[in-house]
Amino acid sequence: MSVLDQVPVDGGGSPPVSAPVAVATPEFEAANERQSRRRGLLIALPSYAYLVVFFAVPLLTVVIYSFATRNRFGGADLTGWNIDSYQELGDDLIRTIFVRSAVLALITTVICLAVSYPFAYYMATRGERTRNLMLVFVMIPFWTNFLVRNYAWYVILGSDGPLSRITEFVGLGPTRVLFTQVAVVLGLVYGYLPFMILPLYAAIERLDGRLLEASRDLYANGFQSFRHVLLPLSMPGVIAGSILVFIPSLGAYVTPQILGGAKTTLLGSYIVTQFLTARNLPFGAAMSTVLMAVMLAATIVYFRKGGRTL
Amino acid sequence: MAESAETHGATRANPAVALRGITKRFGSDDTVVVAVDDVSLDIADGEFFAMLGPSGCGKTTTLRMIAGLEFPTEGSLKIFGDEVGTLPPNKRPVNTVFQNYALFPHMTVLDNVSFGLRMQKVSKSDAAARARELIGLVRLSGMEHRKPAQLSGGQQQRVALARALVNRPKVLLLDEPLGALDLKLRQEMQGELKSLQRELGVSFVFVTHDQEEALTMSDRIAVMDDGRLLQVGSAEDLYERPVNRFVADFIGQTNLIEATVADGATIVLANGSKVAATTAHPAGAKVFMSLRPESITIGERGSAPAEFRADCLDGTVSEATYLGHAVDYHVSIDWIDLEVRTPAVVARKRYRPGDNVSVWWNRASNWLVAD
Repeated sequence: MSVLDQVPVDGGGSPPVSAPVAVATPEFEAANERQSRRRGLLIALPSYAYLVVFFAVPLLTVVIYSFATRNRFGGADLTGWNIDSYQELGDDLIRTIFVRSAVLALITTVICLAVSYPFAYYMATRGERTRNLMLVFVMIPFWTNFLVRNYAWYVILGSDGPLSRITEFVGLGPTRVLFTQVAVVLGLVYGYLPFMILPLYAAIERLDGRLLEASRDLYANGFQSFRHVLLPLSMPGVIAGSILVFIPSLGAYVTPQILGGAKTTLLGSYIVTQFLTARNLPFGAAMSTVLMAVMLAATIVYFRKGGRTL
Repeated sequence: MAESAETHGATRANPAVALRGITKRFGSDDTVVVAVDDVSLDIADGEFFAMLGPSGCGKTTTLRMIAGLEFPTEGSLKIFGDEVGTLPPNKRPVNTVFQNYALFPHMTVLDNVSFGLRMQKVSKSDAAARARELIGLVRLSGMEHRKPAQLSGGQQQRVALARALVNRPKVLLLDEPLGALDLKLRQEMQGELKSLQRELGVSFVFVTHDQEEALTMSDRIAVMDDGRLLQVGSAEDLYERPVNRFVADFIGQTNLIEATVADGATIVLANGSKVAATTAHPAGAKVFMSLRPESITIGERGSAPAEFRADCLDGTVSEATYLGHAVDYHVSIDWIDLEVRTPAVVARKRYRPGDNVSVWWNRASNWLVAD
């Protein structure tokens, strides 16, 4: 089979190939490319279909419901479209919850960044064997269910738990960390740390080590070298990691629910309450939509910044 | 002569760089690699000094130890009399031009060049002024606000040079700085580097694996192999008086002919022919006679003048290559092939493969080296 046989003469409006030799004419290349693009689409079709059915449709449903009206039975009437739910978002309570969630997510992100950067740098500058071993250790928590891991923290931080026992033993008295915002941040940092470490590691690892040597040679001390060379060049990793930690922290549900108790309602649990308990579907949907819009904006900012480490 | 006494007199008081018994081992107990093995040498102030050797010979590691990017396992390293062996690079009065330049990709040319001054807390305006001066010196004025990625290889090379020189280092270290450039640009930069060095009067320590580059640019050259320093000397020293077989073979082209010392004035070649040679090697010692292709004369069989009869071999031309400025012959002599290079003077007789010839040489141009 010659190369010419593969040229689709029918579709795409390309003229019938009459030349007897296979030369790479622009038409030939265009036809080839069109064909390979079509084949790629065919291969991707099942995943596209899956995404449309199980992701886009529910997403769209949420957006539609956010403009609906709540009816007396706790359902939503898909008539009389309005933006009442969005106006309700200006409520003081909602604002408090939003600010609280954002502050907690920010604190979580900053702590993750502070902990992960030295770790990722150390990992990226080791030999291959140490590096792989450390990567495995970063991944190990994923082998256990997220919920189970949160309950493990519940046990550790509880008033009868190991942490409290230890502080009592050394004479500091029992600690009451569980059901505080500290417990929530602790749980979130623990849960999302790998999402910070991995992009940071990827960004630092591909950096040319000689640039750091050059900066030291040009009279930079360790800190100046970090500040003027390492940090700016690993910025894509910093931004990627921060977004990957901040976004799920902002909408976190499981961790605040288990470790935070009722006192610290956050966005995630408040939305769940709207859907399941208060049965105000349009309002819950409106909050979800706004949250998603914020996350989408953050993601766009990230890609605009040119970060493509993940 | 006066000039050579000044530039080669590296062992006088206060050399720019002094290495004494410098050894560098990498790895742990079971897999130790000796990268640099007991190297001692002096580099004079204002000298253009090259470190030459095949890749992996330890020349770059030696340079990195002078820069402070690597610390010696043993030995003493002084820069202008001060012991610096354990000082970090930012505490040493030397700067480096890295292989492939290592320019900061996120900074403009101006920021790259003023980096060293800024790190030393020179005010922004002073640093910029001095950086512009150096950018002018390397003929890149007008490119101050470009990023390294927008420059050609040769321009990046100049930025790297300016970035190092702006700090007024007492010694400039260059790690294969011309390796990434194409031939024409490389030759151009060789000349520029040389004149820049002369102008500034600063010692340049230049690492290269290109022997021609080392020969043409340097006041003195250190030849290294397998972590050891084999010979330090001027281009003439290395080319005409190599200390061993490796140096003779590595610097330029040469014919190495196995021989045994008969007495202080004669050696015996493998075919039994006796050749005159002055040597300090004891009788019976195995040596190699190094004969440069251009110091051999080729002529018709038996046409050797009487005074060269003792330094003459008969053979057959097996290959003749016309090079324009010279003709290269391969002459087969029963047990060896000799390479002979003659100037391609039009009036001179040319030989063809198969011609029976004699080759002879001036006694002074053979040089004996141990294995």
